Amino acid sequence: MELTDSVAVAQARDGDSGAFRVLVERHSRNLFRLAYRMTGHQEDAEDVVQETFMRAYRQLAKFDQRASFGTWLYRIAANCSLDLIRARKRRSENQESAEEGALDPMQSVPDAGPTPERLALSGEVERRVAGALNDLSEMERTAFVLRHYEGMCIEDISRTLGVQPNAAKHSVFRAVQKLRRELEPLVSNA
Amino acid sequence: MNHLTEEQLVLYYYGEVDGSAGVREHLDACEACRGEYANLQRVLNIVDAAPVPERAANYGAQVWRRLEPRLRPRGSFGARWLAPLWWPIRHWAAAAAMAALLVAAFVAGRYYPKPSSQMASAGQVRERILLVAVGDHLERSQMVLVELVNARPGQALDISSEQERAGDLVAANRLYRQTAARAGDASVAGVLDDLEPVLLEIANGPAHLTPEEVKKLRQRIEGDGILFKVRVVGSTVRHREERAAANPGQKSL
Repeated sequence: MELTDSVAVAQARDGDSGAFRVLVERHSRNLFRLAYRMTGHQEDAEDVVQETFMRAYRQLAKFDQRASFGTWLYRIAANCSLDLIRARKRRSENQESAEEGALDPMQSVPDAGPTPERLALSGEVERRVAGALNDLSEMERTAFVLRHYEGMCIEDISRTLGVQPNAAKHSVFRAVQKLRRELEPLVSNA
Repeated sequence: MNHLTEEQLVLYYYGEVDGSAGVREHLDACEACRGEYANLQRVLNIVDAAPVPERAANYGAQVWRRLEPRLRPRGSFGARWLAPLWWPIRHWAAAAAMAALLVAAFVAGRYYPKPSSQMASAGQVRERILLVAVGDHLERSQMVLVELVNARPGQALDISSEQERAGDLVAANRLYRQTAARAGDASVAGVLDDLEPVLLEIANGPAHLTPEEVKKLRQRIEGDGILFKVRVVGSTVRHREERAAANPGQKSL
């Protein structure tokens, strides 16, 4: 029978590394998705997944068993992503250029199907969306990703960010405002 | 008729608006607001178009293979990184004393006469040591604050472990703050100045908190935005530390 999260957490707390492995294997893909939305880079997202499980392992004794383990992991991953985004902002220009190359949306566009014009438009949309997300402040991007992509409520976002619920709500609102300003021309031209 | 604000439309989209039935009624009746809401939906729909690279079905197993060696209690980097977190409380006091010695060495080194050729490198080494120590201090402080902020609302809480750690952190915090202020590092000194009363409050308060006390403590931490400041400055310090390690000949401040 499959271990539930709460049973696996209890066993991992008792030193059962196999139980922690179950948790890692179960949640890694979801954490990667969140980390990629937050950081916009595959390699960074991979690092965030690793660091999230390291921090979770270290803080396992503090985890409230009545809470959702998945939500708790999400909070840790969001914080790890924030730390990484701040560090990345200060990296050298060369490194940033290399990372932008890795983000090139045209590389992930399928080869067959749409016309070249359609492909170009699709690539342009993805590029503009990625650019608009990058232009958000750390707080706005985190709040927006957690609300829009992950469906987290404002209350949980505020706890993750360590701010009042009103501040989290305004961050989501400001993020949407900025995205609208940047992306509305694409919608009206589509 | 008063039209809906952009904020109301955004919050309605996410199901976070107060009085959603009223907003729905207004949208049914008002063509201008309906058009505005449709525009908002279109923009947010294309945001969904940003692709996320798919991971293989065995991605979790791959993550575990990389992670598992870091969790083993050996003389590896992982074990060294984890070790302080498993220490008994009494060792935290020793760690704080070590931190104090380290800062004292840093301060004394500033005034101890040395041949001029050695001055720059000695100063850089001291700076790196201080950055490492302050970075660790902020990370440990952050963990205490995060644990308290993430406590389950509406329930009593035993914070004796966080209290012990906050008590150890207070002494080190004072020393780091004074050293940072003396070195003219206003951002680090500022966040340590804000952090100190919060740590003191945690360390000197009751160990068993009622739900109301838990709520007040969380509001205190969140109201000051101290957790966010600690994260930001901690990250900056870590970066300076990395830069100092990568470019030992340059000042990282």
